[in-house]
Amino acid sequence: MRAALVTEYRKLVTTRLWWILLLCMAVYMAFLAAAVGWGVSQGNAMGSSPGSDEQLALAPDAVVRTVYTIAVTFGYVFPLLVGALAVASEFRHQTITPTLLAEPRRTVLVSAKVISAGVLGLVFGLVGTLAAVGAGAAVLTLLDQPTFLDEASTWRSIALSVLALALWAVVGVGFGSVLTNQVAVIVVVLAFTQFVEPVLRFVLALTSWGADVAAYLPGAAGEAVAGGSFFSESGVSSLLEWWQGALVLLAYGVGLAAIGRVTTFRRDIT
Amino acid sequence: MTTDGTILVDHLSKSFGPVRAVDDLSFQVAPGRVTGFLGPNGAGKTTTLRMLLGLVRPTSGTATIGGQAYGEIRRPLRTVGAALEAASFHPGRTALDHLRLYTPQVGVPDARAGEVLELVGLSAAADRRVGGFSLGMRQRLALATTLLGDPRVLLLDEPANGLDPEGIRWLRGFLRMLAAEGRTVLVSSHVLSEVEQTVDDVVIIARGRLAHASSLPDLARMARVQVRAVSPDVAGLAALVERSAWTRAEAGDPRVAELWDVDAATVGAAAFAAGVELHELTSRDPGLEGLFLQLVGSVDAPGTDGMAA
Ligand SMILES: Nc1ncnc2c1ncn2[C@@H]1O[C@H](COP(=O)(O)OP(=O)(O)O)[C@@H](O)[C@H]1O
Ligand SMILES: [Mg+2]
Repeated sequence: MRAALVTEYRKLVTTRLWWILLLCMAVYMAFLAAAVGWGVSQGNAMGSSPGSDEQLALAPDAVVRTVYTIAVTFGYVFPLLVGALAVASEFRHQTITPTLLAEPRRTVLVSAKVISAGVLGLVFGLVGTLAAVGAGAAVLTLLDQPTFLDEASTWRSIALSVLALALWAVVGVGFGSVLTNQVAVIVVVLAFTQFVEPVLRFVLALTSWGADVAAYLPGAAGEAVAGGSFFSESGVSSLLEWWQGALVLLAYGVGLAAIGRVTTFRRDIT
Repeated sequence: MTTDGTILVDHLSKSFGPVRAVDDLSFQVAPGRVTGFLGPNGAGKTTTLRMLLGLVRPTSGTATIGGQAYGEIRRPLRTVGAALEAASFHPGRTALDHLRLYTPQVGVPDARAGEVLELVGLSAAADRRVGGFSLGMRQRLALATTLLGDPRVLLLDEPANGLDPEGIRWLRGFLRMLAAEGRTVLVSSHVLSEVEQTVDDVVIIARGRLAHASSLPDLARMARVQVRAVSPDVAGLAALVERSAWTRAEAGDPRVAELWDVDAATVGAAAFAAGVELHELTSRDPGLEGLFLQLVGSVDAPGTDGMAA
């Protein structure tokens, strides 16, 4: 298992894809955090005027947290793609053949992929979150707003944001194991994360029972881990406890990987 | 360790839906020899090798290496090195990075990757991305991958594809060297002439079935000039063959004499002189490639359920 892990880790880092995606994530998250940080400070300015206090009804530190954890809301597509392509690219380039020659125990192989992607997911989580924190805090400081970086709860959210993004890479491996066509993976990931889930959450929130269901969607579960999000703070949906969110996300990842194990990884490799 | 490196394929069959890719195939491959695994395109060579490697699940039958199924072998890359057709690499990885993927699983230091590149003459391209490699270079890299674990069994699927004549000559020497070290070397090809100077044994298949298995000299013997003489006078024909000291091949029918190393004119003249009545006198010189085609053609079409086999 240890050897399989080292091999999987090397597979991930010997192609250019991972650091291109990492770079994209860092730049995108920094940009979003700066933009939202600026927007939030404008909101605070308005919120401090008498009369609108009631309407906003949000603690300023919670608002700032949404800036620092913005990667969980808008950036999880990057670790998700890295995880999914870790499996799909093996089928695309037929490297699955030498891979299975080196490790014929297919359960060991899938497990090694899940774990190694989780570790790389931590890297994505760290870089994406720190990019958001750095850019967000910088903008807030420039605008003379409190950054709340001296509060433990802020750092707890930041750490949980990293965890959530790492779990997204695990979900990616599960997803790639079920759907091995690389192009289909990219299309479905983008469609689901950018369109299907946001719309579903919005629509479900309109019904009486839907909000509970929506909390179990993977995106909502991820946001729950980080303890709040752009969506939840703006009242679009309610969230689970952080640990529940982590378990739900892990269940998606491991569940999908298990399905992949008994479908994709049981088939003949020809 | 029990693995002596003998490959055993035993009543192996594989169906892909309606396609019977491998059909009740049995043969054995001995260590210390280069064995050619031959058959036209679509004969079932790759499918057989994939079953041997645990990548494709047989419909029935077994395929083992040193008595073990591939999946049962601990650290399989140390026992078996296999390069399958359409050698598969990520185009964005360098040759050295590709090899270093597997060193942990083989259980050898990373330096071994450089060594095997040297062995196959690819050192100069170690840090180049595989995407820019020619087919011949990919074949060498695939071969290098198989050598990482210094395995006693090598399975190579069409390794000569894409090699230039110089490369083929190099490969020939290389495979002979590996076999001389006592390894089992199984090399597939769709043309006999490509491996004719390399192999000690041949296993010929067609339509998923065994057409012929023997040593190369035995195959070559079959390819010698053959004369076929048919006479209603069984005793006379037998006496004539005896007296003339011709080599007579086994033929089911006593009225038929399949003779080697003699030409039709000689047989005709002798039969005329001895007064043996001939109803047929034909000769043929198929050559090795012709014999190959003939053997391959002799396998029944699928569906005609091989009672004769
Ligand atoms: N995955 C597959 N699905 C359906 N048919 C297949 C598959 N793989 C191989 N075949 C068929 O099995 C037969 C044997 O193929 P193959 O083993 O590749 O032959 P060879 O390697 O001797 O050229 C061919 O008819 C081929 O079309
Ligand atoms: Mg083939």
